[in-house]
Amino acid sequence: MTIARLIASTALTLGLAGGALAQEQSIIVQSTTSTANSGLYDYLLPIYTAESGITVNVVAVGTGQAIKNAENCDGDLLLVHAKPSEEKFVEAGFGTTRTDLMYNDFVIVGPEADPAGVKGMDDVEAALTKISEAGALFASRGDDSGTHKKEVALWKAAGIDPSAASGEWYRETGSGMGATLNAGIGMGAYVLTDRATWISFKNKQDYAVEVEGDEDLFNQYGVIPVNPEKCPSVKIDAAQDFADWLLSDEGQQVIAEYKIEGQQLFFPNAPKN
Amino acid sequence: MQSIGEAFHLALSLVLSGEADLYEIVGLSLQVSLSATLLACALGLPIGALIAVSRFRGRGLVLIVMNALMGLPPVVVGLLVYLYLSRSGPLGFLGLLYTPGAMIFAQTILIVPIVAALSRQVLEDLHAEYAEQFRSLCLTRWQSIGALLWDGRYALLTVGLAGFGRAVAEVGAVIIVGGNIDHLTRVMTTAIALETSKGDLPLALALGIILLVLALGVNAGVQSLRMTAARQAHV
Amino acid sequence: MSDLPITAVPPVARPRDEAVMKRPLLPLRVSGLRLASGGAALLDGVELSLAPGGCTVIMGPNGAGKSLLLKMLHGLLVPGGGEVSWNGTPAAQATARQALVFQKPVLLRRSVAANLDFVLKARGRDRARRDALLREVGLLHKARQPARLLSGGEAQRLALARALATDPEVMFLDEPTASLDPASVLVIERIVAAARDRGTRIIFVTHDVGQARRMADEVIFLHRGRVAEHSRADVFFPEPRSPAARDYLAGRIVL
Repeated sequence: MTIARLIASTALTLGLAGGALAQEQSIIVQSTTSTANSGLYDYLLPIYTAESGITVNVVAVGTGQAIKNAENCDGDLLLVHAKPSEEKFVEAGFGTTRTDLMYNDFVIVGPEADPAGVKGMDDVEAALTKISEAGALFASRGDDSGTHKKEVALWKAAGIDPSAASGEWYRETGSGMGATLNAGIGMGAYVLTDRATWISFKNKQDYAVEVEGDEDLFNQYGVIPVNPEKCPSVKIDAAQDFADWLLSDEGQQVIAEYKIEGQQLFFPNAPKN
Repeated sequence: MQSIGEAFHLALSLVLSGEADLYEIVGLSLQVSLSATLLACALGLPIGALIAVSRFRGRGLVLIVMNALMGLPPVVVGLLVYLYLSRSGPLGFLGLLYTPGAMIFAQTILIVPIVAALSRQVLEDLHAEYAEQFRSLCLTRWQSIGALLWDGRYALLTVGLAGFGRAVAEVGAVIIVGGNIDHLTRVMTTAIALETSKGDLPLALALGIILLVLALGVNAGVQSLRMTAARQAHV
Repeated sequence: MSDLPITAVPPVARPRDEAVMKRPLLPLRVSGLRLASGGAALLDGVELSLAPGGCTVIMGPNGAGKSLLLKMLHGLLVPGGGEVSWNGTPAAQATARQALVFQKPVLLRRSVAANLDFVLKARGRDRARRDALLREVGLLHKARQPARLLSGGEAQRLALARALATDPEVMFLDEPTASLDPASVLVIERIVAAARDRGTRIIFVTHDVGQARRMADEVIFLHRGRVAEHSRADVFFPEPRSPAARDYLAGRIVL
């Protein structure tokens, strides 16, 4: 019967889909979203794959979820931006070594009207204080991502507990960077975002960078191969090869080359050998 | 509102440009959701038929649960399937996570209750008409079920379409178990989610329009098939 | 029929025991058969014996319990009390050796031939018999047509062919010609008579007195859930003994 044949071909599809990945050299990178959404991988991966023959599959989620997925052995390499969490990940034995890869910075974007009057400030704690005092809307990721962890740390440094105003002027979207930007722009709220995502973001409307330049806004990305002792399924050789390439002079140069509208999004800072 | 006009224009030019990436995503969407629909029918139709012809203690409860499962949130299904398929989960050894197979798996689970519950209703109505005749003919339960499934085939096509519609439109499950990996597990809905998160709303909307047209095409195809066949069988 | 409180109808069992298979179903003995619904007695102590062979016509006004009785004899309906014994075999175990032709034929949504194929296959009969059966009921030329497009008379003939396909020892007919034109009625009567002549025991419910006269070897007259009269046809029609049957045959209202 035709139905039986269709089902058989479906089963075949399932099997092939499972098998195909195991056949060719490919790794899974658990990554933060900013590197994916900004288009860095689209630029960088074809160059690497052409040289190495290794296909890199990127699962782009928040840093918190990326780390959890890697702890479940569902990835070969971790590329995120929350140094304390990354170090904990390595200490717990899930990763082999953590290396600084590149950096950029966070910025606070806000509407043209600038209800809290923070435009042009370069002291982020002071800016956050002004926002909270004005009761101006602020949209937080609220998702345990790298950006969210940074934001929480900044509020703490400013001596403010915004969670008291949760649902009032402090709006936690519980979503990714892009969704939070869309929501924040929709409601006229300030948003903390990494610069790479902001530059490549297409729904800016009347929003612009209002606070930048504080060294507390530094955003460091790190790369960690997942430890094969914890996760035997890890393709450590290929993962290490990709990590090595990213940290090599060539990889670092490719990262520096990536620009949108003439602006460099990521600044390589791997330790020199 | 201008972005809607822009989106239509973009959708059209995307389709006409013959861009390979778009066709790859469309193809995978169809492959995943059609496979899931077929599997869900293979599982759900016999379940629905069996419940339609059976009377047992607790049947009412089973119906309530089955109907409620039609509203399974895709993201919950995605999470459950992720926990099973994760390398640290019980089925991790299959290496299915972040493959189209995982997406088919998740969507199948998502729509089996829809296929089972709707087919149960369709077949129960048909069975009400046939039951006494079947008992007079001393048919076994499975003979009855076979006859009901075959005679109800045109109504069951609509059931299958309902399942397909749910599968092809959901994003919550496939984005978790597929990972939205470019050229591997990116489908229409995850691509739409991605473009939305990049703030490229016109492109997201354009992809949405293409998805809608796709669903329309599948439905129209099945419907015309059904009408042609039904006209020949006069049922 | 659908509003009847039919509770707990067990699945019809197929006879497994070879000895049971071989023992004839007749004579039939029915004693004290009862069925009540909402306090009203639909069958109120039916007593009945049927000998092998021939055609028994069951008559009686609407609501007398004719269809209920047929379904109980066929094992489709469990009585509220009393017993049906087909020569020692309970009704539920006799079903597979009998066939029931309903007033409204329930045909599968497929071709005429496929309707027969389905039953022949399901009941493990020789599928090569299909065309002979279709020829017998005059439907061979319509074999490939959708069953649902048949006229009322043709549909009932197909239902008859399906009943015959199972080689029933007893065939029940529940007003099979109630809404058919006179020509179709005669065709169906001829098919039923042929089956009777081959030895199939016929139990035929009808309101049509002319039909009853043509078909009956004996008549059972049901009235208010009881057997009011059970006589040979050549006695019943000229000289009905019960007042209810007399009124019924005379066209007077019987309640």
